[in-house]
Amino acid sequence: MAIIVVEVMLKREILDPQGQAVASALPRLGFTFAQSVRQGKRFEIEVAGDPTPAQIAEVEKAAHTLLSNPVIENFVVKVEK
Amino acid sequence: MRIGVVTFPGSLDDRSALRAIELAGGTPVPLFHGTNDLKEVQAVVLPGGFSYGDYLRCGAISRFSPIMESIILAAEHGFPVLGICNGFQILCESHLLPGALTRNSDLHFICADQRVAVENTNTPWTRGYTKGQEIVIPIKNGEGSFQCSDETLKELEDEGRIVLRYVGKNPNGSRNAIAGISNKAGNVVGVMPHPEQAIENLTGPSEDGLEFFSSILKEMVGR
Repeated sequence: MAIIVVEVMLKREILDPQGQAVASALPRLGFTFAQSVRQGKRFEIEVAGDPTPAQIAEVEKAAHTLLSNPVIENFVVKVEK
Repeated sequence: MRIGVVTFPGSLDDRSALRAIELAGGTPVPLFHGTNDLKEVQAVVLPGGFSYGDYLRCGAISRFSPIMESIILAAEHGFPVLGICNGFQILCESHLLPGALTRNSDLHFICADQRVAVENTNTPWTRGYTKGQEIVIPIKNGEGSFQCSDETLKELEDEGRIVLRYVGKNPNGSRNAIAGISNKAGNVVGVMPHPEQAIENLTGPSEDGLEFFSSILKEMVGR
């Protein structure tokens, strides 16, 4: 069994108020390391056996059509065992 | 004059939209997301609400419902579609309209009577307004911040496709204070504020929204 991971992030130029809210909450708790924070989504898709290149291509297609909105978001697909 | 209103799982304002159509003098026709049957309506309204609980992204799952297949196909051939709030989000996810609606810049859900200017009156939904007319209709959303690329923004502005623009303080960080846009042809319009909630003084802040529904009816009679 393997897990295909899709990570979706807002594009750099798109305002991320959630990330900004997290960034401003960190110093209140004494964490001073963050210059900025961006918040995204992570999908874990379980597949039987090692994923084939065809399967990965299908996931990329799904990431493009449903899991992300290419107008405002970018995504990466990777495999975790 | 049959105008449809689609109910998705989680739609809120479908009944209000049906009522607005009736008050404007049309025949409201309830449509259901799970079939592709448009029931011979001559125009369609995608109402506000939280279809599919806003899971994934607002409108992202509704966009793939059977009724949307029919609507997307028809809209590409000039069929009039009005998306209000969640309906606007669905139209953007469907790529019938450019851009996307994202989280309000202050992260708050905003519920307020909002002054907006009607700029593009060259659509079947807004022809009854005068260009630049200011109207007061409610906004009620958490993800109403209109975002798009610089090229798209320039295209929308240059082609006069801004249907509604916020007047006064920009409530949610929308680019160029955009509250509503149309497609190139003008038949598809998406607006964040709710015209169907401003159709009579008893229940809304004004009657300013009714003209959206009167306009489409006049347009259809004229054909």
